[in-house]
Amino acid sequence: MLKIWVLRHLQVSLASLGRLVRLPLSTLMTSAVIGIALSLPTGMHVALGHLQAISGGWDGAATISLFLKQDVQAKAAKQLVQKLATKPNIATVEFISREAALEEFRQLSGFGEALDALNSNPLPALLVIKPTSEQSDPISTQQLIKELEQLSEADLVQLDMQWVRRFHALTEIAQRGVFVLASLLGLAVLLIIGNTIRLEIQNRHAEIEISKLIGATNAFIRRPFLYTGFWYGLFGGIIACLMVNLSILTLDDSVGQLASLYHSSFSLSLIDTTTVFALLTGSSLLGLIGSWISVGRHLSAIEPS
Amino acid sequence: MINFDNVSKRYPGGHDGLTNVSFRIEPAEMVFLTGHSGAGKSTLLKLIGLLERATRGQVVVGGRNLTQLPNRKIPYHRREVGMIFQDYRLLHDRTVFDNIALPLVVSGMGHKEVGRRVRAALDKVGLLSKEKASPITLSGGEQQRVGIARAVVSKPPLVLADEPTGNLDPALSEEIMTLFESFNQVGVTLLIATHDIELISRMNKRILTLDQGQLSHDGLKQVW
Ligand SMILES: Nc1ncnc2c1ncn2[C@@H]1O[C@H](COP(=O)(O)OP(=O)(O)OP(=O)(O)O)[C@@H](O)[C@H]1O
Ligand SMILES: [Mg+2]
Repeated sequence: MLKIWVLRHLQVSLASLGRLVRLPLSTLMTSAVIGIALSLPTGMHVALGHLQAISGGWDGAATISLFLKQDVQAKAAKQLVQKLATKPNIATVEFISREAALEEFRQLSGFGEALDALNSNPLPALLVIKPTSEQSDPISTQQLIKELEQLSEADLVQLDMQWVRRFHALTEIAQRGVFVLASLLGLAVLLIIGNTIRLEIQNRHAEIEISKLIGATNAFIRRPFLYTGFWYGLFGGIIACLMVNLSILTLDDSVGQLASLYHSSFSLSLIDTTTVFALLTGSSLLGLIGSWISVGRHLSAIEPS
Repeated sequence: MINFDNVSKRYPGGHDGLTNVSFRIEPAEMVFLTGHSGAGKSTLLKLIGLLERATRGQVVVGGRNLTQLPNRKIPYHRREVGMIFQDYRLLHDRTVFDNIALPLVVSGMGHKEVGRRVRAALDKVGLLSKEKASPITLSGGEQQRVGIARAVVSKPPLVLADEPTGNLDPALSEEIMTLFESFNQVGVTLLIATHDIELISRMNKRILTLDQGQLSHDGLKQVW
């Protein structure tokens, strides 16, 4: 009994598929519209995922800038570097001398000439301290900062993490944005599929009427339309997947170049399997629901006479 | 098999299709339904196939009280009533075979059994060679026979026919009547609505006559 039931469903689903395949152009167009609608939130989701992956790297890389007092000599500074480097909660210490700081500033700011006009170097020497990754959580870093502030050589100790936090807050907002967009476009997909199914029902008006006339149940008549909606949703999801992956591949080169400017080996990766699975399940489900609503509204209107 | 008890049908808009019709048809009877155009013949058949519901009175078909039958059970009722239409109601984008198979497919019959039954029905109406043809390529008489095959393929105990010979020449009409008689001989109850007085007077069967929605005569002879 169950076997027969499964077999029936398989037959109907394949018949619906066959119907779609026999009209490749219109099927492709409808699926493409669905695909485009779905690729937008998917693409943004993937982009956000990448941003978060990068910023995840930054989390551990929260660095502490220790500005030395103006009167600390280079030799004393070097000793301090060595002392600090042996501390268990510090991974690396980098010394940036006043001259090096000035040079870097000159290069990055473009204020070269203005700096030349100054007769003394206004910039302090600086230690860039990176906590070990186990000690990079906010509490430990805060403690480390307190310790560093006790040093007699220290003028100002600053944690360069503010912008990382801001970045997190921004991605959080963007994530909600993607969610809202996905909901809206999901609704659009429902409408597209609902409308397509409505037209399909109109086209097959005679068939539906005659089927009812000879004793087809509503479930029987509904089934092929539900499968049609399902297939549209699935095709749309696949198209969305392909489009997003294609965009990733076309962008990857330029992103790689950009990353290399920042001495990063970062590169884009294709959509991960979890997302692909979620996308395809979601799109098929949207197709099913869209056709369900449409069929429910339009099928009962067809009664034989 | 069919029992009408004071049945009236008023269409939306107030037009009366049938008024106070009562009659009884026993199993394995073959009955003609006649009357002028607009007398209510089609209406009466529609009440039996539950294409319309009676406004008043009781319709009982095969022991089933249609007045109380919920909508969701209508399909199962229709499976037990074979219906033949004047305009054939065939699907033009399907083959003859698929058209005839439809009632069986709808009731969930297995593939093999469907093939067997459809060929048996095609054989009965003499269209075995047209199995793969499209209905539009067939003549009117052939299309009518496809419609008949579809109505009987699931072996319903009751068959209704609305003007089954309306568009056919006398020879073909004769042929179709012979076909109906052969169904009747194996125990199928038949109710056939027709204008064709000449044809039915030759058949010597029970005749129900409608006049403006009322049953004006019930008997072996045609009287109007
Ligand atoms: N859907 C409908 N809505 C309103 N009135 C209808 C409807 N169907 C039929 N009627 C009316 O009911 C009456 C009976 O119609 P019916 O179709 O049963 O007649 P008939 O005997 O089959 O006629 P014919 O021989 O021309 O087919 C007619 O007056 C017709 O106008
Ligand atoms: Mg009529």
